[in-house]
Amino acid sequence: MVQFTDVFKSYENGTKALRGISFTINDGEFVFLVGPSGSGKTTIIKLLTGEIAPTDGTVMVNDYNMGTMKFSKMPYMRRTLGVVFQDYRLIEDKTVYENVAFAMRVIGASGKEIRRRVPYVLELVGLDTRTRRKPHELSGGEQQRVAIARALVNNPRLIIADEPTGNLDPARSLEIMMLLQKINELGTTVLVVTHEKELVESFSKRVIAIDAGRIISDGMDGYYSYER
Amino acid sequence: MRGNRFGYYIREGVSSIFSHGFMSFASVCIIVACLLIMGTFTLIAINVDNIIDTMESQNELMAFVDDTLTEEQARGLEATIEAVPNVDRAVFITRERAWDDFVETYENPRFFEGLDASVTRDRYVVYLDDIALMEETYNLLQDVPGIDWVRAHLEISDGFMRIRNVVTLVSMALVAVLFVISLFIMSNTIKLTTFERRDEIAIMKMVGATSTFIRWPFVVQGLILGLIGSLVSFTMEWGLYQVLAKELISGAGFSFLTVIPFYKVSIPILLAFGAVGLGVGAIGSSLAIKNYLKV
Repeated sequence: MVQFTDVFKSYENGTKALRGISFTINDGEFVFLVGPSGSGKTTIIKLLTGEIAPTDGTVMVNDYNMGTMKFSKMPYMRRTLGVVFQDYRLIEDKTVYENVAFAMRVIGASGKEIRRRVPYVLELVGLDTRTRRKPHELSGGEQQRVAIARALVNNPRLIIADEPTGNLDPARSLEIMMLLQKINELGTTVLVVTHEKELVESFSKRVIAIDAGRIISDGMDGYYSYER
Repeated sequence: MRGNRFGYYIREGVSSIFSHGFMSFASVCIIVACLLIMGTFTLIAINVDNIIDTMESQNELMAFVDDTLTEEQARGLEATIEAVPNVDRAVFITRERAWDDFVETYENPRFFEGLDASVTRDRYVVYLDDIALMEETYNLLQDVPGIDWVRAHLEISDGFMRIRNVVTLVSMALVAVLFVISLFIMSNTIKLTTFERRDEIAIMKMVGATSTFIRWPFVVQGLILGLIGSLVSFTMEWGLYQVLAKELISGAGFSFLTVIPFYKVSIPILLAFGAVGLGVGAIGSSLAIKNYLKV
């Protein structure tokens, strides 16, 4: 579960990125976070992943208080998250299988666990026939599927997708969104940060819209309401 | 630490050495160069110390016995002289023996016609424990009843001390400076490796790898490079020492100097090289990765 309670965030240069934001995302929800550039979306993601701490207010992520948590606990909090980026961030000299297995290996998973889990996740994202390919041998959509598989492989409670379709054509974008929806139906909470109005409108999901560091709408009808 | 993690650290560390082959080679070369210079100066210092020790043991004071004492009375002074602080031993030499020794140093005995041992005195050759205290011992011997006067080459003992101090100081300074240089270069070399792998490190942080888990492969990499560097430099130092000892010292007219055989210092040198190599590797790599672990 994610809970923002009256969160403020100011940067050292004086920028006030968030001005009293409150919202809750319950376990199992699928939520879009939308807003124009500079609205505070990236700051929210950074707060969720522990890259920055709130200036004021409380940020709870999967039972971890991000403002008061010890730095040594951060890795364990991050294991409850899966993060997907617009630019995929895959390791170029590793194969599809190795990229996904890497995420398990670095948190100390055994070889047996890796051999059991990775093929399952690659099949889930439809890449079970591409396991030996390197990222540059894949299309953009396929690379994003690898990134999703990597985010998913450690069985996180929450997947955060930051503009996951930003580099993809509409058909591939829809496929990625369908995949995220499928993951959500399997029980994982999904938060998608996006600009793409059509994509958001094609899914009937909750949309949190922010602008200038404030929430301007939070609706369950999947409507891209902040443009109204 | 679980076995598979340890295996992972080793595999990653070794793999990183090969995947960044040129940088690894550069690191080893730098460690070898620094250790060779450090080692060479240390060995020079050890040998200078040894030579000075040898010379010290040969350096002596001459205590001349009062003319009015009989030989028996003169011999009786031995215990008193040996009781003086810093005196290792005192060897009595009769005036006859001293005269004979003196005459033997000249080829033409006609120089000494009409002279005999009565022109010399009974004396003690006094050997010291520590040449640095020669002046103090000299003053104490002057005050021993029955000793007329004492001859000492204070300027030689001062010279020895000065040489020893300079060599020790220069060696220590060089070792310290080169250690810091090695550390800096090793750290920067591994920093380049970590820079190339910054995306990988970012992914590791993102998926929840602990700082320890991220750091260890780099530390293993540093340790292996340090160890290789120290073993290579030890072997080279050995060869260099043999060549220098044989060719430069023995073969160039310095045969009066003694050189410590390498086998006598090989274990301490190997341990020191190993410790410096491993230390530079571990500290250098830890410093290099530090900034990437703050997020």
